[in-house]
Amino acid sequence: MEHSPISPEITFTHHHSDEEFKRRVRKTTILLSVITIIELAIGLTIYNIHKGENPNAGLVLAFKGMVCILTLAKAYYIVSVFMHLGDEIRNMIMTIVVPLLLFVWFIIAFIYDGNSYKNLRNKYDLHFKETTMPSKHHATETPAEKPGGKE
Amino acid sequence: MSTTATTHQTKWWGGGKSPFNLEYGKLMMWYFLMSDAFTFGAFLISYGSIRFSQNFWPDPNVVFNAFPGAGHANLPLAFVSVMTFILIISSVTMVLAVHAGHKGNKQGVIKWLAWTIVGGLAFLGCQAWEWHHLITGEHATLVDGSIQMFGQTTSHNPWGNIVHDQSALTAALNNTSHENLAALVHSHDNSHAMDALLKMPDTELRGMVNLAEVHIRDKGPVAFGGYFFGITGFHGFHVFSGVIINIVMLIMTQKNIFQNKGHYLMIEKAGLYWHFVDLVWVFVFLCFYLI
Repeated sequence: MEHSPISPEITFTHHHSDEEFKRRVRKTTILLSVITIIELAIGLTIYNIHKGENPNAGLVLAFKGMVCILTLAKAYYIVSVFMHLGDEIRNMIMTIVVPLLLFVWFIIAFIYDGNSYKNLRNKYDLHFKETTMPSKHHATETPAEKPGGKE
Repeated sequence: MSTTATTHQTKWWGGGKSPFNLEYGKLMMWYFLMSDAFTFGAFLISYGSIRFSQNFWPDPNVVFNAFPGAGHANLPLAFVSVMTFILIISSVTMVLAVHAGHKGNKQGVIKWLAWTIVGGLAFLGCQAWEWHHLITGEHATLVDGSIQMFGQTTSHNPWGNIVHDQSALTAALNNTSHENLAALVHSHDNSHAMDALLKMPDTELRGMVNLAEVHIRDKGPVAFGGYFFGITGFHGFHVFSGVIINIVMLIMTQKNIFQNKGHYLMIEKAGLYWHFVDLVWVFVFLCFYLI
């Protein structure tokens, strides 16, 4: 059996030619930078929508969703290219990725729980509602478009 | 992938080799990082849960709008984008260090590891500045009918909505303590030193407060500070330990320890950790600064 000189546990190593490696790293670096710049642009857009007269809550929500998707894309490139997970054996990838699927339930359940807690308190704890609900006369900062309202 | 053909021919579970074709230490580093991802994930989800349980949450563009040396200029997202790029670039230099290690190029490893350490230290410096600015920068806040000046800490949050009710503010000024009045004037009027302001009588200080110019806010949810400092602090601690690990790797490389072993696998493991730190920042950046 052929063993890699690096370690007897490893039977082959990934050979990327220098040229191909450089091309991949350059491409990924540019991709990560471009995605970050787009994220920042969206962040500033959200800021400007907030400043406006009648912020559109749906639009803000859509932009925030876009930022989330872009972040996942960034995470994918970091893990797959920089950490070389994409080059590993499929079984190994699955032992990392499948447990992380718990996050799907984790995020939905806890965000839903927080939201439900807010609704219950607003219904039964009037002191909480009066002291924390942003007053309506702020034209520029209404509750619907605040980060706490929707993500 | 070019390795697909090999995968089909090899009996991975036949014994005598690693079924995952990975060195033990590297595999365990992966599992450690997965568990660490759950730790960070739990923190961030807890933050999201609390945020959704509040009627009001501070706007990150209002909280994080300062830049070193720019005074009171309103520059939302500017400083944190610098921090983000520092981490991305230091991640790239780490990739190059690992690649130099693959080729057994000692000088290359030293060069790129050193740059990675510089990036890590730069990030920590930025974070120290940001924390210092948040904690010590005092903001006028309307609390229980009087105006108080405080920064963002784990027990105080000055980032509520701007108060537009002039009569409430005028009444609050009459209840405000001498020190807070002086600090309030000082926050938007630099023509007097703090010492001189403290010697003035309250009535004169009240006359100097320009309610049109100073933004007085309600207090915001206290949980914001705890989560921000807790999570960015935990991430900063990871950056710090990553820098320490990289320094150790640099010393070991310099002492030819890896060269004598014949491989630079340790650099790969340190590299995995460093990329993970960058990966976590991507999500911290999303949760605290963007949405």
